[in-house]
Amino acid sequence: MNTPLVIQVEHAAVGYDGRPVLRDVSLAVAAGEVVAVLGANGTGKSTLIRAVLGLVPLSAGSVALFGTPQRRFRQWHRIGYVPQRLGAGGGVPATVAEVVASGRLARRGLLRPPGRADREAVAAALRAVGLADRAGDPVATLSGGQQQRTLIARALAGRPELLVLDEPTAGVDAASQAAFAGALRGFVDGGGTVLLVAHELGPLRPLISRAVVVHEGGIAHDGPVPEPAGHHADPDHEHVHPHCDEEPAGLWSM
Amino acid sequence: MDLFQYDFMLRALVGALVIGLAAPALGIYLVQRRLALIGDGIGHVALTGVGAGLLLNRSPVLVAVIAATLGAIAIELVRARGRTSGDLALALLFYGGIAGGVLLVGLSNASNASLNAYLFGSLTTTSPGDLITILVLGTAVLVAMLALRPALFAVCHDEEYARVSGLPVRALNLLLAVTTAVTVTIAMRAVGVLLISALMVVPVATAQQATRGFRSTMTAAMALGLFAAGAGIWVAATADTAPGASVVLLAIGSFLVVALVAAGWRALRQRARPAGAPVVEPHEHEVVLR
Repeated sequence: MNTPLVIQVEHAAVGYDGRPVLRDVSLAVAAGEVVAVLGANGTGKSTLIRAVLGLVPLSAGSVALFGTPQRRFRQWHRIGYVPQRLGAGGGVPATVAEVVASGRLARRGLLRPPGRADREAVAAALRAVGLADRAGDPVATLSGGQQQRTLIARALAGRPELLVLDEPTAGVDAASQAAFAGALRGFVDGGGTVLLVAHELGPLRPLISRAVVVHEGGIAHDGPVPEPAGHHADPDHEHVHPHCDEEPAGLWSM
Repeated sequence: MDLFQYDFMLRALVGALVIGLAAPALGIYLVQRRLALIGDGIGHVALTGVGAGLLLNRSPVLVAVIAATLGAIAIELVRARGRTSGDLALALLFYGGIAGGVLLVGLSNASNASLNAYLFGSLTTTSPGDLITILVLGTAVLVAMLALRPALFAVCHDEEYARVSGLPVRALNLLLAVTTAVTVTIAMRAVGVLLISALMVVPVATAQQATRGFRSTMTAAMALGLFAAGAGIWVAATADTAPGASVVLLAIGSFLVVALVAAGWRALRQRARPAGAPVVEPHEHEVVLR
């Protein structure tokens, strides 16, 4: 192994207000892998990727990105982050292209004005997710699925080596899921590494090279994507049982 | 236009125009962050600085800049730390600021008229020294808000994403807090501390009725701020009204006009083109692990 691991989490623990959410989690992602973090709601899978990105502090253990301890990591242009949803903000309008252009900041820095390379990268990212014709529209007028595609375009615009996605397909219409899977396939075919959190894999399933199942704050499975069991294996099954039983109140409201 | 032959009137006009440009350029970020009222709170704190300046026989504007900057940094630290207790901490700071201001101005034996001038603005109080302060600081605010627009937009739009982009989020937030304090204090002369916040927020609210993007909203808001400030000072000079109130009422008047026109235009367009079927997102079946 000459190339360092893209992500290396060792014995990580995270707690909110003293309540443990993750305990002793270790995870390694090598270049070119597409790793899905699976698990029921409230088990800490989103917390795991937020800890990888440094958005929540570790109470124990360590995270390294591209071989550098996360505290000293500065090459943020190598990482593209796709959050669960677009924040509503205070209602000041922003066009799709303006939101996607934010993805260039990690590469461009604070003061350099956008140049031709930036505009080309934004246009290419919009084409990759099939939103080139909506570039000048306010994001607020887009459907939920199109907003999600805007966020992946923003991450792709920075030409990252690693994409980190938090529930990218939750509540997204079928057309957007297909466009999303296509954009992700293009990224993976170009040698990219992916870490994504999912509750359902849907059309992303063929892309996944490894699955990590988080259960009760620990890792319960790390290997091939588990086959759906029981009546869940039936593609037409009615999905009626509630998801949120174990979710502690307020955990995701921050 | 004879009125503007007077130097003090010309100074008031130039000062107001600079503020009319700079206040909305900053205000758009505050609105996007849902901090539309922060300028008002910082104005309260600035008043304590005015009182302290009058009492100590120092330049009230200078002491107010210092007091407002300290207050703004305190507010930003409270905001960044947690959101629930921030509300009350802000209330304490605001009311403490205005009470301290009124008390100190009273102790300094300054007249009620001079307190009024700081609260609601005055045409006659902008000294040549004040005008230079307004020009220098106003230009600095304007340049910072325009040059850092992509980064400030990212921070205000999605703070976590900005952090993962490696942007200095804390420094940018502090920059916004400090520029808010500076804008409030330089606007104090012409518009008054109680009304300056309106000039940061109302032009933005007006512009976004009709715009589609962030950049166009910012440009339109700056144009509207320039108009309200210029026209407001002219009205105040001609009709002998309070300058701050005239500026703000003109800004709110433009808001009503633009809101009505935009609503009418939308209604017309909807009649011309029948609304499409509502977008329904089918709930895909899920794969759940057991």
